[in-house]
Amino acid sequence: MGGTVQSNFKAGRAASRRGTEEPAFVKWTLIAIGLVFALLFLLVPLVNVFYQALEKGVGFYFSSLSEPDSSSAIRLTLIIAAITVPLNVIFGLAAAWAIAKFEFRGKAILITLIDLPFAVSPVVAGLVFVLLFGLQGYFGQWLDDHNIKIIFAAPGIVLATLFITFPFVARELIPVMQATGAEQEQAALTLGASGWQTFWHVTLPSVKWGLLYGVILCNARAMGEFGAVSVVSGKIAGQTQTMPLRVEELFNSSRISEGTAAFAVASLLALLALFTLGVKTWVEWKTRRDHKLAQRAEVIGQSQA
Amino acid sequence: MSIELKNVSKKFGEVAAVNGVNFSVKDGELMALLGPSGGGKTTVLRMIAGLEIPTEGDIFIAGKRVNDISVRKRNIGFVFQNYALFKTMNVFKNIAFGLKIKKWKRADIESRVMELLKLLDLEGLEKRYPHQLSGGQRQRVAIARALASKPRVLLLDEPFGAVDAKIRQELREWLVHLHKDLNVTTLFVTHDQEEAMEVSDRIVIFSRGNLEQIGAPREVYEQPVNEFVARFIGVMNVLEVEVRNGVGRANELEFPAPTQPDGTRLRIGFRPYAVQISSDLAQYRYRAVLRRTYFLGIMLRLELELASGLTVRSRITKEEYAMLGLRDGLDVSIQIRNYRVLAREGGDLPPELQTTYDRAPSIAEHI
Repeated sequence: MGGTVQSNFKAGRAASRRGTEEPAFVKWTLIAIGLVFALLFLLVPLVNVFYQALEKGVGFYFSSLSEPDSSSAIRLTLIIAAITVPLNVIFGLAAAWAIAKFEFRGKAILITLIDLPFAVSPVVAGLVFVLLFGLQGYFGQWLDDHNIKIIFAAPGIVLATLFITFPFVARELIPVMQATGAEQEQAALTLGASGWQTFWHVTLPSVKWGLLYGVILCNARAMGEFGAVSVVSGKIAGQTQTMPLRVEELFNSSRISEGTAAFAVASLLALLALFTLGVKTWVEWKTRRDHKLAQRAEVIGQSQA
Repeated sequence: MSIELKNVSKKFGEVAAVNGVNFSVKDGELMALLGPSGGGKTTVLRMIAGLEIPTEGDIFIAGKRVNDISVRKRNIGFVFQNYALFKTMNVFKNIAFGLKIKKWKRADIESRVMELLKLLDLEGLEKRYPHQLSGGQRQRVAIARALASKPRVLLLDEPFGAVDAKIRQELREWLVHLHKDLNVTTLFVTHDQEEAMEVSDRIVIFSRGNLEQIGAPREVYEQPVNEFVARFIGVMNVLEVEVRNGVGRANELEFPAPTQPDGTRLRIGFRPYAVQISSDLAQYRYRAVLRRTYFLGIMLRLELELASGLTVRSRITKEEYAMLGLRDGLDVSIQIRNYRVLAREGGDLPPELQTTYDRAPSIAEHI
């Protein structure tokens, strides 16, 4: 009873040529079109960023990054990400859990609300916060009386970024939680676990890849957000500029050296993008592999005791 | 621990999945909850576990009312239909989970898990993950996990549904042995009546939320209380007869019904083994042709066509078949040795019709 599971991908692939495949030239034409698009609109611009960034040499590259306003922009971006990502993980986990495990009135509204930041233009999102918390805004007077600065200060940027990146974690987790189903958690309950223990020992580990992916996406967007932050921050150099805003200012300057510096800062964002893609690919590979192993085990398992 | 259900109902919206069910389970008993899909048996099991709350009625475990006690505190072991093993934990951690929650000492957990691995024939597999196990192994891990903290009741929801037929047979026998060793009150849900008959001490039969009958396998087979049970358990030949002059007739078949007035319509059922066959055309009362033989191993299933075209199903052993010299297409005579009245059109069955009628074979009958 029970041998180990053999992994046999290569043999499987060779054996699976089906009669339903398109003729070879159709296949290759479509692949070629996809590749050309990717090259032209994705790869070339990316390579160009690094090319432009290093045009004045590696020394200039590092000195433009350590320039006070630029380095404070980098620092601010990191702080914003460090605040918004954990918060959105908590919101996302809670929302996904509620949606996947329970039936309640207003569930459809919650699901729609979660998708709202995707539908709204980032500039509009930023504007909403200005209308609420700006000096002429709804709460503006009250905030001013209590000397609390939200708009044109870091808290405003945090709020705007939270709004924009809110869906990422939740949307990754909901299908994963729904697919896992409630049975493992019910099993935990029958074994005496409390709600919290069930969540910590059973639910969370079962969504770890989806969670990681959501965090990575959330982080990438948090660091790269432009529109909403642009409206809300006031773009005060050295104080409320994030990296994307810094890139814009440098790029629009008439001084050529600042143009190159713009690409230097932009290259950091490009590196972040590559890192995000790398992690994403790895997570997808892992989940696909786990899935295949499980399927193979099912087939073997059904004919053994 | 004994279990008792008093007038338990469960409604989902307007639909009553379980309808006023009453029964009790003896301490240490192995009981099957049997019925077609949607009959309510899984809902009953889940209510005993605490995974569903009854809309009406009371559930008692060991004499104590448990309606308001949450599933975590009921100390029952539950085995889900698809095992519900924790996919991110290995076999050891799966089995140890309940013990860790209950804060057992590490050494105690270790020894208990090892004990269970041995008992359930899972030794050597403790580091494996669920996706590296066969179906039968996962099943046994699920049972080990449920038994780990020594629950007073073990509940299994269609435990053998997801496994191949051959393995199912082995697992059934294994469950019976396990139950004998452990002596834990055990309830399992199944829609397979052969399984229920083979494995359990008593069977509870559900249909559409109602409890149809409860009894030992033999009792339920030989003395079904109503038509549903008679047709659900085992194979049954069913005929509509009309009574004339105290005899119910369906084509050439006759069944005495002396207490019934003319024109009464009854439904008669008789088991395949109740059909007696002879190659001597004068021995039994009715003429038939053996149309088809199905080979089922040690038993043979026969399809007999009577002179009027009515088809009757019979079962005999290979030996009998050979002794009688039967073959497809042969003319035979048959007799129906016992039968039951299942239903009476237009009303309930009066008590005098609710027994199994034995009819001794007699040549004199057709004189």
